[in-house]
Amino acid sequence: MKVLTAVHKKIKDLHPHEAIAPGTGLCAGCGGLEGLRMGLKELGDDFLICNAAGCFTLLSVYPFTPLKGSWLYTTMGGPVPAAQGVRDALDIRMRHKGLEEKENLNVIVVAGDGSSNDMGFGPTSAAIHRGLDFIYFCYDNEAYGNTGFQLSAASPYGSATQTTPSTDVHEAGTEMNKKDLFEIWKAQKPVYLATVSPREPIDLSNKFARAKDLKGPRMFICMSPCPTGWGFDPKEAQQIAKLAVDTGIFPVKEYFEGEMVHTVRPRKRLPVEKFLERQKRFRHLFAPHRQDEVIEQIQSRVDDYWRKYD
Amino acid sequence: MKTPNKIMLTGNKAAAWGARMAGVEYVPAFPITPQTEIVETLAKWFADGTLQGKFTNMDSEHSMFMAAGSAGATGVRVFTASSSQGILHGLESLYTITGWRVPMVLVNVSRALATPITLEPDHNDVMSTRDCGLIQLHAETCQEVFDFILMGYRVAEEVCLPVLVNMDGFYLSFTREPVLIPDEQEVRSFLPLYTATQPVFQASRPMARASAVFGGATYTSFKLQQELACRNAEGCFNRVAQDFEKHFGRLYGPVETFHLDDAEYVFVMSNSFATKGKSAVQKLRQQGIKAGLLKLRLFRPFPGEAIASALAGHAKVAVIDQNLAPGMGGITYPEIVTSLYAREDRPEKILSVIGGLGGKDMDDQDFMAIIENLDKLDGGSPLYLYDEKDVSGFNRLQQIAELKEAES
Repeated sequence: MKVLTAVHKKIKDLHPHEAIAPGTGLCAGCGGLEGLRMGLKELGDDFLICNAAGCFTLLSVYPFTPLKGSWLYTTMGGPVPAAQGVRDALDIRMRHKGLEEKENLNVIVVAGDGSSNDMGFGPTSAAIHRGLDFIYFCYDNEAYGNTGFQLSAASPYGSATQTTPSTDVHEAGTEMNKKDLFEIWKAQKPVYLATVSPREPIDLSNKFARAKDLKGPRMFICMSPCPTGWGFDPKEAQQIAKLAVDTGIFPVKEYFEGEMVHTVRPRKRLPVEKFLERQKRFRHLFAPHRQDEVIEQIQSRVDDYWRKYD
Repeated sequence: MKTPNKIMLTGNKAAAWGARMAGVEYVPAFPITPQTEIVETLAKWFADGTLQGKFTNMDSEHSMFMAAGSAGATGVRVFTASSSQGILHGLESLYTITGWRVPMVLVNVSRALATPITLEPDHNDVMSTRDCGLIQLHAETCQEVFDFILMGYRVAEEVCLPVLVNMDGFYLSFTREPVLIPDEQEVRSFLPLYTATQPVFQASRPMARASAVFGGATYTSFKLQQELACRNAEGCFNRVAQDFEKHFGRLYGPVETFHLDDAEYVFVMSNSFATKGKSAVQKLRQQGIKAGLLKLRLFRPFPGEAIASALAGHAKVAVIDQNLAPGMGGITYPEIVTSLYAREDRPEKILSVIGGLGGKDMDDQDFMAIIENLDKLDGGSPLYLYDEKDVSGFNRLQQIAELKEAES
């Protein structure tokens, strides 16, 4: 396996440069925005974001853009093919029309878990198949957040969403399991694939730094604590993100050249309850009565996952 | 002017040749009958180096139109083609990219829409794009397909909107006709190789495009700009058509008239079935019936003035729609009637005719049925070109399926 070097060792190493200005229309405490902000620090300003309908569509509301680079709003299912068209056009212009290399752009897709797992899933698979040279940033807040938090294929078992509420008949709320987008994408062997957490900035920055110099599909899934949808105070976003990692619910990992590595491993996994109990979307698991069976199932799924790697 | 090559081409091949002579640089593609021959032909030309640029096999029409649009926004000359269900599948993208205001030409090879699923043509597919802001040119012949693609790029690149060139599946897409392919230098003097005049994506020019808007007034500003651009496209088309005539000797107005001057009965038609209409006009004239035909070419922007001027003063007009809006009738009919409303010398009778659905042929009897209806005070409108023999044909199918007991 090719040795991936860590560019950054401590927080002080991270670029002071910002490609996203503060003061966007996104929610305070949005974990995904923090992830994107740090990712773009590594990628530099020569980028174009093809955006899918979702929370991040509010990044650029006419006549404003917080970005140093370019932006193209597309559709919910179409950011990846839009990235294909931009990539192809730039390649054509550089190869045949005298466009200088310095005019080249990093083509980035920014899409939520709804678009990534559902409507945009097929086109993304097709782009990996074509070997499209692009970076995919999925901010995963585990539901359709921008429309008020409805079920997506990334919504975890036991969470309540607006369209899978907890009721006497369906106490768990969401009864399906979260789609394992990482494993599905991995099956297509993209050039680079990683999960990142805004609570692990050095890990995140190193991963973007690595991806920057590779060519081909480079896929990121960013755990995105969502104050409004998950139900917590925005100031707790970092703690929630940390608990997602420390409980083992959100594995921080990387796939490159056929090998998958956990880049941040919780030393001693905390019980999942520590993560669940702080969010309104899981409150029904604790009140009016404890749903031990559901909590145990969530715990045993996490245990099953890590048993393979312990 | 050098003597152009005259070669036998199907409508599809003529489209591919149009794209080739236009010097297209990028073709995102997805197959669908009866369009596939176009992208297959272009794929070969990109693969063997005849064309420079890139051909990308896409995963759906939705993706294909997105890639086409974003490449248009990044400064290359783009061509693509689709048909029928593909147009519907890509419709969201079509609305999106017309709003992006990007130039390109796409060909739609008309094919009726499901349900039931079929392969043969009518115009519900292209009519579904009627309101999305595309410029539409409808072709009757293989030569028109070729010519409209060259003209289409001139118009698209001037007004910054995509142009759709329409042809009928099977009737034109697979019919070989002689097509004049002009010398490449002559084409270049009419349509130079592409250099974007609008800002396009590149590192030195960061920009946000298609940002979200809040508030109806901002939204309206953008939509009205699109509306003005599309309306401007009519004047632009006419100027381009005159220049095209200078270069190639063929003049295309927004509409075409056929034996119209003294006509008492006028058929309004479009696309390949206009050829059947012209043939019917000639036969009717031999019988002493003064028939004529108005063919629609430019359908968006809608050349209301040109259409009204052509139809005003004629007593009886039949608008033949090869499409159906269930519960309403023909889709072009109300547009044509509207264009005539303010004319004092508007026709006494304007009949809506629904025919040619799913590729159903139109024969002399059908045209005679239209004439007879036009002669009646209360002939009933719309007139469906579906008669006793069609009913008995369908009954026979049902008998085969044993849905009905055999009558004998």
